[in-house]
This record gives sequence, structure tokens and C-alpha cells, in this order.
Amino acid sequence: MSPLRIQVNGEVREIAGPAKLTDLLVHLALDPRTIVVEHNRRIVRRDALAGTSLAEGDVVELIHFVGGG
Amino acid sequence: MIHAQSVALETMDQPLTIAGRSFRSRLMVGTGKYRSQAEMVGAIDASGAEIVTVAVRRVDLDRSKDESILHHLDPGKYFLLANTAGCYTAEDAIRYARLAREAGFNAFVKLEVIGDKETLLPDAVGLLEAAVTLVKEGFQVLAYTNDDLITALRLEDAGCAAVMPLASPIGSGLGLINPYAIRTIKRRLSVPVIVDAGVGTASDACIVMEQGVDGILMNTALAGATEPVHMATAMRHAVLAGRAAYLAGRMARREIAVPSSPAKGLIV
Repeated sequence: MSPLRIQVNGEVREIAGPAKLTDLLVHLALDPRTIVVEHNRRIVRRDALAGTSLAEGDVVELIHFVGGG
Repeated sequence: MIHAQSVALETMDQPLTIAGRSFRSRLMVGTGKYRSQAEMVGAIDASGAEIVTVAVRRVDLDRSKDESILHHLDPGKYFLLANTAGCYTAEDAIRYARLAREAGFNAFVKLEVIGDKETLLPDAVGLLEAAVTLVKEGFQVLAYTNDDLITALRLEDAGCAAVMPLASPIGSGLGLINPYAIRTIKRRLSVPVIVDAGVGTASDACIVMEQGVDGILMNTALAGATEPVHMATAMRHAVLAGRAAYLAGRMARREIAVPSSPAKGLIV
């Protein structure tokens, strides 16, 4: 249970390892149905989130739709 | 009554077809800068728009509540068009477009590659580069561009589904600055021409539609009005009026007066 230091939306965050992307979303209380996950610059589809492991130093972007023109 | 007549006008006209998808309304609206989500929903509803634009941004991690706009817009009711607003390079715009396609419900993207922070004018070179890549990846690209014919032609050649020249800079409310350029682009392109950005009030929208373009997209003109819902109603009518006037064919301009009443039968 060593903590992983990862970068999420530009901020350094710690999460208990080993962890999958789904664990990160649960940790952040985010609903995977309304967001898209980019992991080290690669888009991870919803059905692949549970199978994608996080590693120390990973860069994750969590994006969604907001108001815009 | 006015409402019923407007709907009749909408159904009388040909639908707007972009990449094989047909839309009844020629007015598209953005979702940014509203004072509240309720006001936004009210304005979109009053506008009659079917195509509604949204932006792609990072989730705010410090917010406990999910503020995704999808909670307020029914994707079954509106066609959500993601934009790449805020991108200054082709690379960024391509990244945003891919994320949007994954988050969204269709392969349409309103492509913006901005070249300058002060004017928010499009970067034609980056725009074209991004358009070529995204078209190859199967996107239906609606390209936000300058009112420049050659760029518009290049975007059409690149396979864009629609070209979106500006009326004037984003959020400026200056109205249609160069009707000649917009008419030329419309005349020379085969894909739909949707004027995007710059309208401030209903007369601006009407003048834009009178040029014969296929549609218009606006955001700040509604969100920045004192009463966005009422302005949305005004814009709906203005777009219909401008379209109807274009289809009707205006009279010729002349610089001398021609009496409307008969010259014959005057009491002398």
C-alpha cells in the first residue's frame, strides 16, 4: 500500500497504490459517465478504466463539457 | 400568434443540412457566460435552437458537486456541438476535439484555433492544419474562420462539413462588419456557411441572414443581454425574418425616389 504520486489536472495528488483509473475516480467522487479520462496523453475509454493501472508520475486529465460558445 | 407564424416559417423553409444531418432551426447558440443555468436553459428554449455548443475543460477537482453542463441540457433534445475554444495551436485543438468526441454524442466539432489573445481572431494556418487531421480522423469539422474567401475555400477543400466565418470578433457585439465578404464566401462555397460570432442584437442577426448564409451561431448576444430569454425570442424572430427576406428577394436599391402613389389623377 505505497502511495502513488500522480498529476491530476495539473495538480500533484496522492493515491494509495496499487490503483486503477477507476480507483482514482472513486477517490475524487467523480461519475465516469460525465467525464473523459486522458492518461499520459492517451484517451482511455470508459470500459477500459477498470483495467488501466496508475504508476508513479503518471499524468491524468479529467475533462468534461462546460458552457461555451 | 407570432409564435405560430414563426414555426410556420421554420417549416416552410428547407431544413439546414450539415454532413447529412438536418436541422429545422438556422439559429445555433452557445452556453457560456450565463448568470445561471436556469437562465441559460430558458434562453436556449426561447431561441428555438437545436444545435447548442459546449466547451471542453478540466473538471474542477475541488468542487464536490459535478458541474458538467450535461446535467442541464438534455442530449436527446439538443444536438451538442463541442468546440475547441481556447486552443492556440493545431495540436491543442486536435487534442480537445478527440476528448470532445469521447465525451460527447457525435463526431461534429466546432474547430477553433485562435491566433491572438486580444482579438481572438482565428489562425488560418493552424486552423487548416487541424482541419486536415480531424477530417482524416472522421470528424465532421465546422471551422470557425475569418471572413476571408481564400481561407474558406481551403477549408472546404480540406473536407470541412461547414465553414463558419465571423461577423465580427467573438463577444464584440459589433454586428456584421463586411457583408460583401460574407456574401462572396456564401456564393463560392458548396458546404453550409454559418456566420459565427459578433452579433449584438436582433437587427445584426437579421442582416446576417439577409446575406443568404445558411445559419448563425451566437452566445454573448444572448448571455450578455439584460434579459437573455427575451433576447433569445428576439433573435429567433430576427433569424426567421432575415431568412424569409433573403428568400423573398429584396427590391433593387436606387438613389432617386420613386413615388408609391400614382402620378395620374392628381388634382391640379
